[in-house]
Amino acid sequence: MEPQFLLPDVEDPDAAEFWAGCARGELLVQTCANCGLRRMPPRPMCPRCRSLKFRWDEMSGRGTIWSFIVPHPPLLPAYQELAPYNVIIVELDEDPALRMVGNLVASRDGPINEIDPATIRIGEPVRAVFQRVEDVVLPRWMKT
Amino acid sequence: MGGALADKTAIVGIGQTGFAKGLPDSELSLACQAISAALDDAAIAPSEVDGLAMFSMEEGREVDVARNVGLGDITFFSEIGYGGGAGCGAIGHAAMAVASGQCNVAVAWRARKRAAKGSRPWAQVNRRITGHWQWSRPFGVVRPVDEIALLTRRYMHEFGATREHLANVAVAFRKHANRNPAATMHEKPLSREQYMDARWISEPLCLYDNCLETDGPLAAVIVSAERARDLPQRPAYLHAFAQSIPQQHQVMTNYFNDDPLVGPSYACAKRLWAQADVTPDDVKVAQIYDAFSPLIPLSLEGYGFCARGEGAAFTEGGALEWPDGRLPTNTSGGGMSEAYVHGFNLVLEGVRQMRGTSTSQVDGAETCLVTSGEGVPTSALLLRR
Repeated sequence: MEPQFLLPDVEDPDAAEFWAGCARGELLVQTCANCGLRRMPPRPMCPRCRSLKFRWDEMSGRGTIWSFIVPHPPLLPAYQELAPYNVIIVELDEDPALRMVGNLVASRDGPINEIDPATIRIGEPVRAVFQRVEDVVLPRWMKT
Repeated sequence: MGGALADKTAIVGIGQTGFAKGLPDSELSLACQAISAALDDAAIAPSEVDGLAMFSMEEGREVDVARNVGLGDITFFSEIGYGGGAGCGAIGHAAMAVASGQCNVAVAWRARKRAAKGSRPWAQVNRRITGHWQWSRPFGVVRPVDEIALLTRRYMHEFGATREHLANVAVAFRKHANRNPAATMHEKPLSREQYMDARWISEPLCLYDNCLETDGPLAAVIVSAERARDLPQRPAYLHAFAQSIPQQHQVMTNYFNDDPLVGPSYACAKRLWAQADVTPDDVKVAQIYDAFSPLIPLSLEGYGFCARGEGAAFTEGGALEWPDGRLPTNTSGGGMSEAYVHGFNLVLEGVRQMRGTSTSQVDGAETCLVTSGEGVPTSALLLRR
């Protein structure tokens, strides 16, 4: 059997719109339709006004690196094959409290183990790109 | 003035049957053996037990434990969630039940087997990820160590913490384990050089920043302070207890609020110290949850032993080491060098410090802080002589 990545369930009721946005090349953030609070990760109720109504706002896709790691084995087989690879957390320019976990790549379709980890810096600006993995499109990040 | 629960109950029996990498018995059998040993230690008959508190991760259920050990009519039972956050919670629930008259003799336990289904959830994930894990796992944040490494890197960046600080933690706990014959790492010293040369697991964390993987059951018996005075063991009174799920907390991947480096220990500590008539300055020994070394500086800050950002510097000069450190911590070796059993060994070591029977006994320690998992909904205890 092929080593398998852990992929999001794109039909998850709270998150389906996010993944559909990625498939269109859009980075969407769930936003309360009543009070305007943006929230990540998405969820049914606004923690500020308790509204159940929300919309999905497209972000610029620009942000900065808040933290990063370099996982090494032992890992699940699909990830072990790529290790060591990088994982970053990005703060979005629109609101630093909106953070997303992702990976730094050298090109839109590049692998997550291509960038030399020694060159990754907290505070570096990045922009979102969208990469197909099997039947799912994941956001990845490139240095700007 | 202490809180309503202060010194009303005590841990009067502890039991453990040994740690290993792979024990043949089932979690249920191990749980029954540890509970049985704890009741013998307390000199209390199983038929007197009427209260139960356990980790929700336990494979053995309350009814099965009760039928095996021959417990009496159970009138209180409680399960605490979130793995490593649950240990002190189970003791605290048992104590509240005894103090409020819901039961008279309660037992709390954890019988972890690393091979057991509930024990290592990351190794058994479904391929399609739902819920909050879908915001981290697809990107290769596959293990708990990866989740905590992301917070660690940020902590190092913000506060100037270094690997030297993390080595202070690993080396101190190993020294304590080397003094404890029950510890998995009893015969294996760890030098600073070994730490620095160790292989990476998830940079910036190396092998020795991680806890062990251990099978092993532990149990504790809780009764009223009044009853405790008639029993053979020196009571470890439960002076204060708290739990916390801080606002906007997310389990392990707590990256999505204003300040992810303010972990669950802050809210837990606020409640804990408000219930106590002592302060961090009065505490001379601590058992702090250590699934990963960086949880120690984060917890030292959260529980008020130093200011925010100063936890790494706190570990300097042997501060965590027996016998002369400011705060000898994890005096049995903790999760990193005694056994990783979701932190329940920390509770038992806290009891031994209050009895005066630790293999790294801290002179004059009247109070011991015990904490459960940082990074998850958590709990903490102050034990007292």
